[in-house]
Amino acid sequence: MNWTELLPVVFYGLMGLAMLAYVVLDGYDLGVGLLLHRARGHDRDLMVASIGPFWDANETWLVLGVGILLVAFPIAHGMVLTALYLPVAFMLIGLILRGVAYGFRGKAQARRKPLWDLAFIGGSGLAATMQGWMLGRYISGFAPGVEYLVFAAVIALLLPAAYVLLGAGWLIMKTEGDLQRRAVYWARLAWAPMAIGIGLISIVTPWVSELVRERWFSLPGFFALMPIPLATVLALGAVRWALDQPQVRGRLCWLPFVGTVAVFVLSAAGLAYSLFPYLVVERITIWQAASAPESLLIILVACAVTIPTIVVYTVFIYRVFHGKAQLPSYG
Amino acid sequence: MDAILLARMQFAANITFHILFPTITIALGWALLFMRWRWLRTQELGWLAAYRFWTKIFALCFALGVVSGVVMSFQFGTNWPGFMERLGNIAGPLLGFEILTAFFLEATFLAIMLYGHGRVSERVHMIATALVAIGTTMSAFWILALNSWMHTPAGYEIRDGVFFARDWSEIIFNSSFPYRLSHMLLASGLTAAFLIAGVSACQVLRGRANVSTPLMLRFGLTLGAILIPLQILAGDLHGLNSFANQPAKVAAMEGIWETQRGAPLILFAIPDEAQRTNHFELSIPYGASLILTHEWYGEVRGLNEFKGSHPPVAPVFFAFRIMIGTGLLMLLASWVGLWLYRRRGWVAERLPRPLLGGLALMSFSGWVATVAGWYVTEIGRQPYMVQGLLRVDELASNVPAAHIGLTLALYVTVYLALLVAFVRVVIYLAGKPADLPAAPAPGAPLQITARIAA
Repeated sequence: MNWTELLPVVFYGLMGLAMLAYVVLDGYDLGVGLLLHRARGHDRDLMVASIGPFWDANETWLVLGVGILLVAFPIAHGMVLTALYLPVAFMLIGLILRGVAYGFRGKAQARRKPLWDLAFIGGSGLAATMQGWMLGRYISGFAPGVEYLVFAAVIALLLPAAYVLLGAGWLIMKTEGDLQRRAVYWARLAWAPMAIGIGLISIVTPWVSELVRERWFSLPGFFALMPIPLATVLALGAVRWALDQPQVRGRLCWLPFVGTVAVFVLSAAGLAYSLFPYLVVERITIWQAASAPESLLIILVACAVTIPTIVVYTVFIYRVFHGKAQLPSYG
Repeated sequence: MDAILLARMQFAANITFHILFPTITIALGWALLFMRWRWLRTQELGWLAAYRFWTKIFALCFALGVVSGVVMSFQFGTNWPGFMERLGNIAGPLLGFEILTAFFLEATFLAIMLYGHGRVSERVHMIATALVAIGTTMSAFWILALNSWMHTPAGYEIRDGVFFARDWSEIIFNSSFPYRLSHMLLASGLTAAFLIAGVSACQVLRGRANVSTPLMLRFGLTLGAILIPLQILAGDLHGLNSFANQPAKVAAMEGIWETQRGAPLILFAIPDEAQRTNHFELSIPYGASLILTHEWYGEVRGLNEFKGSHPPVAPVFFAFRIMIGTGLLMLLASWVGLWLYRRRGWVAERLPRPLLGGLALMSFSGWVATVAGWYVTEIGRQPYMVQGLLRVDELASNVPAAHIGLTLALYVTVYLALLVAFVRVVIYLAGKPADLPAAPAPGAPLQITARIAA
């Protein structure tokens, strides 16, 4: 593999990482947004405050992921976004509502607050559902046919459940007292749909996609890949176990969140392995869709300098806002 | 309606809504840094109250800018798949630099700015405020580099209809970029200046002035009075650059149909593209030639030289006059306002009410001028996407028209609702008492322990 062939692979990896970062980071934001309808008053404010310093930067990973798709694989960008035109638009409306509701709810007149909270919850729900739908459509390569639409619809319902588990895990980590106790309960509720969802996707995807079937169920690949599903089961089990321990509200408060993140990472790894090197299954590969090498190279240089910097200050921010969430004194 | 027209309307609606908020935040970020610094230096409570109030507005504008910006990053692909296929090698890296150097920076440090109180030192908080301001400005830098390149392309080569980068410094520092960047940054400064002055005037009128109001009125008026002459100069230089590179745009701005020497400056007219003439023309002889060529008999090329490849005349012509008119009004308001304010000993309540009312009405005049200016330059580039090289109608979208129409209606509804909500919240917040620590008891030594972000 020479340099020009390697560049698209590098960008495929970068894009995958950015998308994964988005799903995990904004995933917990969206999950908290979805859970907002189960809380009132002070608890609500605290839940919003727990994601306050982060949601904006978290959403930027989506811009980066789509940006890399746009910049590195412009043809695939046009293809994917044209096929997903309506769900993308609905997701964007959802993200708009969620984002502005965040800004408005604390500043508008008190009597308008419930309205903005509704926008917050509805926006989070719309965005999460549409992301699930798009994932389902994407995995099947936008295949026509009712069975594929049902597949996408099921994922559209399950991804929000996964986000809720992630969000509940976040709240267990970031809150205390009664709200934390309720977050544990919410996490228990969301665990089963999440586990069923992962199982369903694992069973159905090879059936929906011939490519995935070949990838996973041929020897010796089957055994080489076994660590991925095994580790996923382990992580899911650990989350469930932790939710029943009393220490989950103390020393182990990080475990449900970290375990759920691990499940997301493993699923992403499995998905990447299933689809590589296709950007759209059976239709276009990363090499067919890649930009000119000279343009890729300059972006790569920029990424090499900036992404580590971004990671450094993101870590810095998480350290600054480490610990239990507090209501902002103003702002 | 056909898909491409709807796609253009949707993109225009989105970008028009989006630009309103960065136009405020770019300059307001620096203004906040200034207020913060003044508070630390002078310990005058007015600066603290001002910082806190404008931080809230900043946060709101920032959120509105972010969410509409995310929509834009998708619309490059959904509305113009052809755009990235042809221009991806040039537009891609510039957009990428914007995301990597600006978006993460501003989004991350905004968190410290808004919620870092008590969690970081004063110094780190000040640095974070500065980084947010730098981030918003960097964002403008990259996006204007790309936009300017589309007006005055350089440093590229075309192979099989696809653009390739040849020289990045030529691409970034293309000939219209310095003018457009300064014009936009000054526009942002003026937008913030008149918003600050207008909101303060509004507070005085409503009897809701607080400790920050007189300071902010002075700050807004001073900033406006300093920036508006600079803006007129930058605008003039930008116009000369367009005259050299995009004569058809300038002909539409001036409403000149026939190429002529000693062209008049048309103050008002109703351009009629069907008959290719102006109605109700009011003009100053030789004016256009004098402004554009600095000679009485300088040649100005008319629209008829560019038949079939010049922009629609009326929108460019009128948008240009709206921008200029707003600019002149800004000049008048800020200079008269500042002069009177000084004569009245900086006591806002002694200012004539019509002046305060006028300033209050001009709170969002920066938006009017900025959007009108963008319409001049962007509609003025039509029918080209990249001036002289690539026409907009070559970039078809394959999305069904009905889908674009549906989402257009959705976006417009949401945006209008948000715009109303934003203006109402600004008015509401402006009427609230200042957000300050409790005043010390009379007679007690004045000891202010409140940090900037308590």
